[in-house]
Amino acid sequence: MIAALKMFYSTLGRKLVMALTGLFLAVFLLEHLYGNLQLYKMDGGLAFNEYGEFLVHNIVIRTVEFALFGGILLHVIDALFLTLHNRKARPVRYAVSHQAGNSTWFSRNMGLTGSIILVFLVIHLKTFFVTHRFQGVDTSMAQDVAVAFQSNWYAALYLFSMVLLGAHLNHGFQSAFQTLGWNNHRYMKPLKIVGTLFALLVTIGFGSFPIIFYFDLFGVASNILGQ
Amino acid sequence: MGDTINLKLKIWRQKNSKESGRFEIYDMPGVNTHMSFLEMLDVLNDRLIREGKDPVAFDHDCREGICGMCSMYINGRAHGMLKGTTTCQLHMRHFHDGETVTIEPWRATAFPVIRDLVVDRTGFEKIMQAGGYVSVNTGNAPDANNLPIEKSKADEAFDAAACIGCGACVASCKNASAMLFLSAKVSQFALLPQGEPERRERVLRMVAAHDEAGFGSCTNTGACEAECPKGISISHIARLNREYLRASLSQE
Repeated sequence: MIAALKMFYSTLGRKLVMALTGLFLAVFLLEHLYGNLQLYKMDGGLAFNEYGEFLVHNIVIRTVEFALFGGILLHVIDALFLTLHNRKARPVRYAVSHQAGNSTWFSRNMGLTGSIILVFLVIHLKTFFVTHRFQGVDTSMAQDVAVAFQSNWYAALYLFSMVLLGAHLNHGFQSAFQTLGWNNHRYMKPLKIVGTLFALLVTIGFGSFPIIFYFDLFGVASNILGQ
Repeated sequence: MGDTINLKLKIWRQKNSKESGRFEIYDMPGVNTHMSFLEMLDVLNDRLIREGKDPVAFDHDCREGICGMCSMYINGRAHGMLKGTTTCQLHMRHFHDGETVTIEPWRATAFPVIRDLVVDRTGFEKIMQAGGYVSVNTGNAPDANNLPIEKSKADEAFDAAACIGCGACVASCKNASAMLFLSAKVSQFALLPQGEPERRERVLRMVAAHDEAGFGSCTNTGACEAECPKGISISHIARLNREYLRASLSQE
């Protein structure tokens, strides 16, 4: 038991926390995407609002919500500890370093892409979650989405963040399985392909909302706004 | 003639681990392109000694790519830009006339600079002392064919054992992590029946020694695998993770 706990203090154990929380958050993205797709039902936002109500009043979902915020917090704090530890492992930098020759930019900058995604997440929660849950705002969620995406900067930030999230996932997904020890000659290629497809699904799936709403493509935005 | 190039060398000079170092620039006219990188530095040192100056200290031994002593960060890459090559096997024909070549020591907390381009790689020894062996304390050497081993496992263990411990993985890792080295040393025993009895203790102790030596944590960029002169795969790191997870969870 002590060895099992000690594990989480080691360089390997901390990576394990990153991998497990990362995969958990990735699963949540799928659920979130499913919910968001209700916006495309062309029913004036009814299905989307109902889905939102269902989430709020379901006791299981409300419990999982705690795990979700815990997961985000753990993922962020662990990343911070890892980054600080890794900085200490190389205090003197190279004068000339051509790391592009041995690894991809996104694999080396998970901390940067993660930080930007975190900033987006805070803004995103403030826009939709905090207002409805804690400030007692009782407007139609679907209408709020349509209004939010009329803003240039919010639509642009959303799209930009989803592209970064895709890149973050593209490295993170296969990286998590590598950390869990699932890399061998048989698994790694399919895992990398699945990871890339998942990253594409997230980027294209979530990235479609700002584009479709901002330009009111297929009349989705005006359907919800009742214009 | 015609097989010579003129180079400018920008070399890290540092008296000892206490003093701070700096770059010094040396002109190297007429470098023979058939020379190895180390031979080129021999020529420079010969000149420096004749001029009554301090020669550049660098690690080297076998000069045939199997000992793991040579350790230079050349133009931003460990062992230079060629794949699967140690510095001693890098030849001057891969450089252009008039090029400035920057030569730095490995940079890591666990690898302090001793002098110029020489670093102290005791951190690797500490990892090996913690469990990089099998305890066979008595008896005669058993017959080689007494222990049947699957061909694929023997091959995989041999691939791991190809690690020469040069430290290029640490040098090129953005986190100065020694996971590739550590995983190769754990894998070569984990795959074989001889390593089985001490399997769990070994991985726990070696990971602890790795962390204590001040190496960083792996973020799976794959830089180590790309720079390893022996082409050791990061699938060994995944095996290390499996071994560590299993040992941690099953220890009594």
